[in-house]
Amino acid sequence: MTTKFVVGYDGSAASRRALDFAMERAAAVGATLIVAHVLEWSPYSFLTPTELEERHKRRGEELARAENHLMAPLKSQLAGQGVTVETVIRYGHVADTICDIATDSGAAQIFVARKGESGLAARVFGSVAGTLAQCAPVPCTIVP
Amino acid sequence: MTSLSKAAALAAPVAMLSAVPALAQSVDEKVNQIFASSTGWFVNFIFSPFPGTSFPWIVMWLVIAATVFTLYFGFIQFRAFPHSIALVKGDYSDPNDAGEVSHFQALATALSGTVGLGNIAGVAVAVGIGGPGATFWMILAGLMGMASKFTECTLGVKYRNEYADGTVSGGPMYYMTKGFEERGIPAGKFMAILFSIFCILGALGGGNMFQANQAHAQITNVVGEFPGWITGLIFAGIVFAVIVGGLKSIASVTEKVVPFMGVLYVATALVIIAMNADMIGWAFGQIFAGAFTGLGIAGGMVGALIQGFKRAAFSNEAGVGSAAIAHSAVRTKEPITEGFVSLLEPFIDTVVICTMTALVIIITGQLVSDPNTGLYLLDEGASTIQTVDGNKGVALTSAAFSSAFPFFKYILAIAVILFAFSTMISWSYYGLKAWTFLFGEGQTKELVFKVIFCIFVVIGASASLGPVIDFSDAAIFAMAVVNIIALYLLMPIVKRELDSYLSRLKSGEIKKFS
Repeated sequence: MTTKFVVGYDGSAASRRALDFAMERAAAVGATLIVAHVLEWSPYSFLTPTELEERHKRRGEELARAENHLMAPLKSQLAGQGVTVETVIRYGHVADTICDIATDSGAAQIFVARKGESGLAARVFGSVAGTLAQCAPVPCTIVP
Repeated sequence: MTSLSKAAALAAPVAMLSAVPALAQSVDEKVNQIFASSTGWFVNFIFSPFPGTSFPWIVMWLVIAATVFTLYFGFIQFRAFPHSIALVKGDYSDPNDAGEVSHFQALATALSGTVGLGNIAGVAVAVGIGGPGATFWMILAGLMGMASKFTECTLGVKYRNEYADGTVSGGPMYYMTKGFEERGIPAGKFMAILFSIFCILGALGGGNMFQANQAHAQITNVVGEFPGWITGLIFAGIVFAVIVGGLKSIASVTEKVVPFMGVLYVATALVIIAMNADMIGWAFGQIFAGAFTGLGIAGGMVGALIQGFKRAAFSNEAGVGSAAIAHSAVRTKEPITEGFVSLLEPFIDTVVICTMTALVIIITGQLVSDPNTGLYLLDEGASTIQTVDGNKGVALTSAAFSSAFPFFKYILAIAVILFAFSTMISWSYYGLKAWTFLFGEGQTKELVFKVIFCIFVVIGASASLGPVIDFSDAAIFAMAVVNIIALYLLMPIVKRELDSYLSRLKSGEIKKFS
């Protein structure tokens, strides 16, 4: 069975650094890289009646946008670098969902960027990297 | 500038300002007259009492329906209660469907349409006229109404229209047309049209003018008198920005703050009740004694019963059909699950929130009783109970809460405004759905309704348009007349869904995901 790595990717420069780092590691050990893009979503948020009505349509649009503008270009860019790349787009709480993806795919490691937020906002709301450091089911590398 | 010309310069706008209300006054009177003469028969018909009694037949209509559904589905509101909670928690939601409308979201949105002035002002009216005993009947009506909601929301999801672009439209007009056709019952289209007309009128009235009017009343209660059209214009501007301009931020802020306000309201009520813990037994004693003897109120036991039932129906809208529109957007393969979820709505709205309001009013001793006989003293008109400061309606609730926490009247004012606003947003949607059902979908057609809706906000806030508000309440209840007939005819379909779902749940075919 091939080793699998999961990397969180949202298109930002920081997440690109994490992706590049994970690519290097994956190439070194011959691992498959699962690039995970999580759309922040809570089933307990509050929506207006119009938002409820359009939700299914919007979800389709959001998934298509993520696939066409983020994941598909990335896949073609990473092709031919000697690493098998899979992509996955999911809805949910970002850190929890990355953990789920790692568990479900039997991944050996998680790579994630940190945005370098400090101060009050980070203390109050926490960060994806911080949460993953606390609850990742497998070793987690946080790329600065 | 001389002092004289200064005075003149000041006087001119003042005179203009004072002329505006005078003009508005005469316009109001005209509107009142025209409305009263042309719609009075309709209001009188809807709220007419049974011959020889003072019991409005429409209240009986709702109560009988709730009883029929409760018995027909074997007390589903109690049997399915734990399962409903599990559904809302997401225990049965497929994680792969994340990003779709969850049961919780459908419930929260529907609730923000019903939790509102009925819970704050309506209950005060009920207790103020019907005494503590009205609370008992209100709770009973809330518990029974759960079965009505269950029935209508299941049908709402089952017969909704799903369009190619992924949007959905649902509600009584759709189950009337599609459900009736399926069962071979004629006149489905006619019923749907009738329902849509009443729904539009109800949306413009009870879901709009009444809300704007009461919000203005609450604002003046706190900051003092000023012309209603100012409140109306501000409200209309915000509503316009949301429903026409698509300014989602305001709506989503409201949607987030409203539940918070609801929780704050209940929490404050609980604190006040806890502070008077020694009175709880007495308060429930009053509620039970009042329910069956009236404790001296006008009309005795029947008076308490009418008030309780009427206000519960006003508050939770069970059987009216509005919730079926709100709930129909949920993503589920099983329509019945949304029925289960929706039955929590009258429970939260009436059994929990309304009861809190009533308990606080009773426990803080707002109602005046004779210390010797224990009977409540009536006002001069002998229709309402005397209160400590002569407060009625929302002012009575405000006084009760403020007796424990003086600052609470400000929080309550904000809560009332937000509740009114969220109810308006919800009803603008219900009205729009009925409108597009009648006239078809299309941007211009929808814009026409939205603009009309905003105009009615201003009219509603501007003055006390008694007959107009009577009419709009009557329209909401007229929705229930049409809707409940449809529910009776379609309830075997719900029964079939229920039996099939419960057997699959028992056999383990329907699995928990978490």
